Amino acid sequence: MAAVEIPRDEQAFLEYVQGGGQVETTDWMPDDYRAKLIKFIEMHGNSELMGVLPEREWILRAPTLQRKLALTAKVQDEVGHAQLIYRVVEDLGKPREQCLADLVDGKAKFHNVFHYPTLSWGDVGVIAWLVDAAAIISQKALLKCSYAPYARIMKKICWEESFHILHGRDVILAMVTGTPEQFELVQEALDRWWGPLMQFHGNPIPSDEDPMYRWRIKSQGNGEARQQFLDGYVPQIWELGLTVPDPKLRKRDDGDWEFSEPDWDELKHVVTGHGPKTEERLAFRRRFLEQEQWVRDAVLAA
Amino acid sequence: MSVWEVFRRERKGQPLEHAGSVEAPDANFAEAWAREQYGRRGESVALWLVPRDAIRDVEDWADEFDLKYRRVDGYSIKARLKEARERAGTAGPG
Repeated sequence: MAAVEIPRDEQAFLEYVQGGGQVETTDWMPDDYRAKLIKFIEMHGNSELMGVLPEREWILRAPTLQRKLALTAKVQDEVGHAQLIYRVVEDLGKPREQCLADLVDGKAKFHNVFHYPTLSWGDVGVIAWLVDAAAIISQKALLKCSYAPYARIMKKICWEESFHILHGRDVILAMVTGTPEQFELVQEALDRWWGPLMQFHGNPIPSDEDPMYRWRIKSQGNGEARQQFLDGYVPQIWELGLTVPDPKLRKRDDGDWEFSEPDWDELKHVVTGHGPKTEERLAFRRRFLEQEQWVRDAVLAA
Repeated sequence: MSVWEVFRRERKGQPLEHAGSVEAPDANFAEAWAREQYGRRGESVALWLVPRDAIRDVEDWADEFDLKYRRVDGYSIKARLKEARERAGTAGPG
């Protein structure tokens, strides 16, 4: 049987990916598709790399040796994801060095949740449990990405993220079954993170108007991902006796969740480089990029 | 620097599957990074590292001669079977 030919025509290519067709690195692709892939995947790589910084701040302050080891392993995993993802971007035509340079110059974006401070160990638990849960919903939807090399590495990433969620849930369970002060730390962290978590999946633009969905880079719309997050995790939050800081939050009879409109201005402000920790964390990355230049030089000279 | 394609075997007896790639200055670095990225958690029992340049890519499948007789989709027996059953008087009431 003749292999399915990837059409060398933008409209036919669009129909091909919308019909579930997948594309490999060496296949022809429209320039717009390639540009959108680079933009999307690069932001994912940036988010993995920046995402370790809020947690890294707690490695030295972890409450037990076990927690310190687990947190270190998680940080190592996330950096590993960044490596895998930047490799995919590189094959699409943008070198990793360029991605890193754009990141530290503030020209590239990363996910909103990684612009916020981690004030207590409760925040570390909420990040590992709920931020990773929100992320895994997006990432599972990427297993069906029209760009096959990205979909393939997502298999490994999702597998590791599932450990992280369990690690986070374990941290939270230890605290909610501890002293009233520990319980309060979790509740305070949840209060701080709920807003950014609700913004995480992005504006509820109709999926047909979302270019990332149109090219089937993503396989679900933003609103749909948010519903899935609420459906999966609100019951788990409630059963621990925690309060979600949104009086309007409720599940309707038709199964959809109602909630207060997330603060889209805050989301825009934060992801365009104005989050409370954006500058500090980019400066940290910049410093390490310079400081570790000798390692890259040594490897390239090998 | 060159690109090495990474294939991994998840469990003994399973086929090697393409997992991704690493960029490295030589085979030793490629191995170190592939171990780190695809074997750290015991998720693979074996890895194959192949220089991308060494891969011979075969993607064009000429079908100038109609070779359908070698495949199941080359045979459509429904109509003939119906006719044969009618002739033999073994066709069902439907």
